Amino acid sequence: MSGPPRAHELGIIGCHVCGLVCREPAVEDAACPRCGAALHRRKHDSIRRTWALLLAAFMLYIPANVLPIMRTVSLGDVDDNTIISGVVELWVKGSPSLAVIVFTASIVVPMMKFLVLGTLLVSTQRRSGWALRQRAGLYRLVEFIGYWSMLDVFVVALLTALVRFGFFSQVEPLPGVVFFGLTVILTMFSSMSFDPRLMWDAPDHD
Amino acid sequence: MTEQSPREELPEPVVRTRRFSLSLIWLVPVLAAVVGLSLVVHAWLQAGPGITITFQTAEGLEAGKTPVRYKNVVIGKVDSLELSDDRQRVRVKVALNKSASSFATRGTRYWVVRPRIGLGGVSGVDTLLSGAFIGADVGDSEDEQYEFKGLEMPPAVLHGAPGKSFVLHTDDLGSLDTGSPVYYRRIQVGRVASYTLDRDGKGVSLRIFVDGPNDHFVTRSTRFWNASGVDVSLGANGLKLNTQSLATVIAGGVAFEEPHGPHDATPAPEDADFTLFKDQVTAMAPPDGPPRYIRMRFNQALRGLAVDAPVEFLGINVGSVVSINLDYEAKDERFPLTVGALIYPQRLGGAYDKLAAQAGTKDGRVDLARMFGPLVEHGLRAQARTGNLLTGQLYIALDFVPKAPKVAFDPNATPIELPTAPGSFDKLQEQLADIVTKLQKVPFDSIGQNLDATLGDLDRTLRHVNGDVLPELKGTLKGAQRTLGSADSALSSDSPLQQNLGSTLEELQRMARSLRALTDYLGVHPESLIRGRRGDRPPPSSPPARPGQGSKP
Repeated sequence: MSGPPRAHELGIIGCHVCGLVCREPAVEDAACPRCGAALHRRKHDSIRRTWALLLAAFMLYIPANVLPIMRTVSLGDVDDNTIISGVVELWVKGSPSLAVIVFTASIVVPMMKFLVLGTLLVSTQRRSGWALRQRAGLYRLVEFIGYWSMLDVFVVALLTALVRFGFFSQVEPLPGVVFFGLTVILTMFSSMSFDPRLMWDAPDHD
Repeated sequence: MTEQSPREELPEPVVRTRRFSLSLIWLVPVLAAVVGLSLVVHAWLQAGPGITITFQTAEGLEAGKTPVRYKNVVIGKVDSLELSDDRQRVRVKVALNKSASSFATRGTRYWVVRPRIGLGGVSGVDTLLSGAFIGADVGDSEDEQYEFKGLEMPPAVLHGAPGKSFVLHTDDLGSLDTGSPVYYRRIQVGRVASYTLDRDGKGVSLRIFVDGPNDHFVTRSTRFWNASGVDVSLGANGLKLNTQSLATVIAGGVAFEEPHGPHDATPAPEDADFTLFKDQVTAMAPPDGPPRYIRMRFNQALRGLAVDAPVEFLGINVGSVVSINLDYEAKDERFPLTVGALIYPQRLGGAYDKLAAQAGTKDGRVDLARMFGPLVEHGLRAQARTGNLLTGQLYIALDFVPKAPKVAFDPNATPIELPTAPGSFDKLQEQLADIVTKLQKVPFDSIGQNLDATLGDLDRTLRHVNGDVLPELKGTLKGAQRTLGSADSALSSDSPLQQNLGSTLEELQRMARSLRALTDYLGVHPESLIRGRRGDRPPPSSPPARPGQGSKP
């Protein structure tokens, strides 16, 4: 085994929060003596939590897409839109750029997160040493774009607050947006609970 | 720090007991699954029966958007639109809500509510902006049904609406239509719900609906009449124009009212039958009773007699003509006209009651033949009379004709046949004919011959006058003219007669003057008559007035 020794081999553990290095505890539950944060060699139960949250997010993503997210009432004409129908409507009514933005934020990004996190989880569980650097890059990407998919939720929230002209024009949020927001939050939690260091454990055991 | 092993130097972590089970994280996806499942279950529970409604057009309907409403509550939504197999109609698939599954029953009616501008007014204006929706009205039945034929027009009466429906019977629909208003004292209290031809095709039955609480104004004795349009009638009674209101002129309508006088005022029960009269006058008239058919044969032309012409008994309208047929009698080679009429004997009022009591009944009806028999004996005859001189309309008058020739009246004939008498106009014609025959008796020929001889004499006389008298007259006139010319010349200003006359007058003047001088001198010198005139005095001594002048002879 070449390369620098691992903390585990040296019997030490570092605090995630304040960076204090202390002896590795014999039991699982331990706290940093300086800042009180939980100490663990790797994020505790990371893979399982990530899986669970990811699965929950995926489950909620279905109603988020099926249920309408927004109701537009203009001159008595009631129009309920799901995410996809909203995108289609934007595209048809001559705002392709907006349609692309909404599509990216609401469809591409969540789907990408599901795929990337799923890939990372599977590969990590299989202790694959394949394309480690790229996988690390993907993880950073997922972390970065995570909150951008809240765009749709913000759009609905803003429109609901701003467009209140009674009979002439009114926008109301519908249950779909709640599911969509939950999906985004759960994927963010999911990517947070994933410990990228696990990826690097793989070659050690080979 | 020292050179000791780092491990010894490092602090010991605080050991804590585990606070929660790690597997609890799986609660999150489980929760998500539960939520998702509950949504599915909810949707499944919400999903009511799917029904199919067919319409003639899908105008205003949108798949996935158009709602189905009952009392303005959304009970379903249009799922998809498709053409029927024969491409004649549009099949609208509707997903009803679970709570509205009772709408998938027989008797439920569906129609599209869209803006409509009809003769009776404007409806569904709100759908101008919100888009059309499908209206529903549920019936009583519990039997399930999933295929419906949509109404093209909204129904006039919704199920369970307060009020009552009644059935009106009439001969023809007039200008009435579904939705035509029903008026009570010119206030709209209901509308025509539907109409159907009677099964035997001899009339029309209208179902009207009178909204509560006004439905109790419809009593057992209420009279209904058709208030449709402008009622213009030109008959023997003259020109007549009648309307209920401006709206009914366009859209038609039915009106009802209580008859005058005492009547049964108990509210009519649901679906009670009434007669729809043609107009208010007919409706408010006392009941006519059953009509009776009579026949009359006229031996003269009946120009101006039309079907519906009134039949009057002593001036009272008792019925109308229903048929006029030309007949042929080979025996006399004549063309009598057979006129059929429906009469309502009850219109004779009290007279009818007494006559009917005398006549008795036959076949459950008043024996009309026995009722008319004595009347005919007393001279009752049917006459075609001119009702309107302007239009020449005729009417049938049943009147007692004095000195009418006796006729045989067959009381057993069906229908009974009333004897006829020539009408007043026919009498006039007869009188004219009399005059013509009298005129024909005048000896126009001999009058003409005498006149001719007289005229010949006159001619001769005139010829004599022309030949002899006139030339002589001419000569006489000429002589007269000459005489007048000489007279004229004698009297002209330059004639010698005139001049002689002038000089004679001058002489006469002069003589008068000298006579005056002589009388003056004699007045002064009367002696001179005897002594003669003396010589003149010397002039200067006394100035006598013009002595010289007087001395002159």
